[in-house]
Amino acid sequence: MSVVQAHTGTDTAKAVTQHVRVDHQLIAEMVRPGSRVLDVGCGDGALLDLLRRTRDVDGRGVEISREKVNACVARGLSVIQGDADRDLPAYPDAAFDYAVLSLTIQATRRPKMVLDNLLRIGRHAIVSFPNFGHWRVRSQLMFRGRMPVTEHLPEQWYDSPDGHLCTIKDFVALCAMLDARVEQKVAFNTAGQKLGTWLPLTAHNLLGEKAVFLLTRT
Amino acid sequence: MTTETDRTAADSKVERASLVEATRPSSEVVHFPVHAPLTLSSGQTFGPFSIAYKTYGALNADKSNAILICHALTGDQYVASENPVTKKPGWWISLVGPGKSIDTDKYFVICSNILGGCLGSSGPASIDPETGKPYGLSFPVITIADMVEAQVRLIDHLGIKSLFSVVGGSMGGMQVLEWAARHPQRVFSAIPIATAAHHSAQNIAFHEVGRQAVMADPNWRGGRYLEEGTFPRNGLSVARMAAHITYLSEDALQGKFGRNLQERSAKTFSFDADFQIESYLRYQGSTFVDRFDANSYLYITRAMDYFDMEADNGGKLANAFHGTRTRFCVVSFTSDWLYPTRESRDIVRALNAVAANVSFVEIESDKGHDAFLLDEPELFQTVSGFLGAAAEARGLVARSGTRG
Repeated sequence: MSVVQAHTGTDTAKAVTQHVRVDHQLIAEMVRPGSRVLDVGCGDGALLDLLRRTRDVDGRGVEISREKVNACVARGLSVIQGDADRDLPAYPDAAFDYAVLSLTIQATRRPKMVLDNLLRIGRHAIVSFPNFGHWRVRSQLMFRGRMPVTEHLPEQWYDSPDGHLCTIKDFVALCAMLDARVEQKVAFNTAGQKLGTWLPLTAHNLLGEKAVFLLTRT
Repeated sequence: MTTETDRTAADSKVERASLVEATRPSSEVVHFPVHAPLTLSSGQTFGPFSIAYKTYGALNADKSNAILICHALTGDQYVASENPVTKKPGWWISLVGPGKSIDTDKYFVICSNILGGCLGSSGPASIDPETGKPYGLSFPVITIADMVEAQVRLIDHLGIKSLFSVVGGSMGGMQVLEWAARHPQRVFSAIPIATAAHHSAQNIAFHEVGRQAVMADPNWRGGRYLEEGTFPRNGLSVARMAAHITYLSEDALQGKFGRNLQERSAKTFSFDADFQIESYLRYQGSTFVDRFDANSYLYITRAMDYFDMEADNGGKLANAFHGTRTRFCVVSFTSDWLYPTRESRDIVRALNAVAANVSFVEIESDKGHDAFLLDEPELFQTVSGFLGAAAEARGLVARSGTRG
């Protein structure tokens, strides 16, 4: 994973961007400096660490894996061991400026409830997910008749924690159902490049390997 | 092996040492005069009173690097230095000391004997200035909050406005929570370890067994054993044996002792300590009575049983922490069944409900409740990582990039 070394002065941002996941970098750009961020499913804390260093963010994390939580706390991040399905209801409304769910929603038991909570806890929600509508996924299903295994969906169906995979169009529909306004919607192709925002939704859904949404409850 | 008589002779010597420490501690002690009494949770006022304490490291110029360590049921102020009664090293030297997670080269560490204790702070073994005799059962029943208010006086006395951190395990963790709830502006960060926001029925039940064992000992003399020159050794020892079981996990007990026999090849068909576990518990009981006052044990276990932050805050734990700016790091251990992880999780949920800054780590360990006192590298890393980030936030150290 991202091995980010400490840097000083002005090269920090540049040095950091070289190692950072593209969706993390995009999320960091979406987040206003100095804001309060809750990262649900924060993993090893790479995004929180990036936000703390480059956006001066007051960040908190929730992570299901005990080992990852312990590693986060040992590096000075405020992270609790917990899970998105069970622990989000305890948070008060609008406690954070941004509630982030980064490549995690597909692994939750009840994605709709989780997203609902996310929109309630954060003034904005930022959600990234692997797009099950990507042409490679579709073609694997179509031509091989097998559950797809790709870079972003690396595990076999029986090993994968991802029980609720969706396409970009599915996610757009869920946002509408939850009265969430899509402020920004970015899809990345296989090379990690942003797809043009002028492209229609159908094209994003076909060419985007993962997507990042910035949402606000209307 | 020592004979029974040898042991008794040696014990009485040590017992005297512990009695001396109760009235004239070898640590620092501060006496609060009669005109500045504590108002206890019971409504009673109590004074004059004394708090015995130890400090380690140096207080910085703006007095911003002080860490208060709160000890558990049978702990004391000798957190990182030799206990004058047992001559054993400090009880938390794995965590506290130069270069350790709670680094006495960086932080000024304070640890006081709790109110109700028996190593120099006012407790039932102290002399009541009104009668010239030990308080015994005329000592007022105290709570965790009362212990904290007594510590507040000590911190005032030391001229410290805000503690950099308050840290403690088990009953020490209860004090940490009470500190953070009652004095949020004075607690920059808090590390409650292996603890709970209230005592469960099971917790109370075990304590009651211990208290009844003490009070059933004829040498307890209705609590007046010090005046009458006796000591309820057997009762207190049984209390400690029962409690000690609750500090260990079933797996640890089974792994360490199993059904192994103690220095014999066959069962003796008697009530001797045939099994190693029996011998071990008897040893734990007998060494405990050498260093601890029986009435103190009654008072402190009572204070723990009365502890219920939820009830104290209108039935909602979150109310205790409303608006808090304290940074919390809650720690539990997987095999701790005395203060299980779900109790820590309740604390975390309450803190989340008020959007507090909280970290929560459950550490994998087979050592049961006692794990917090033992060699647990993950605990050390958690504490040093958390304190390091808190020190940056408080401006105690220059802000760095990524920590390794």
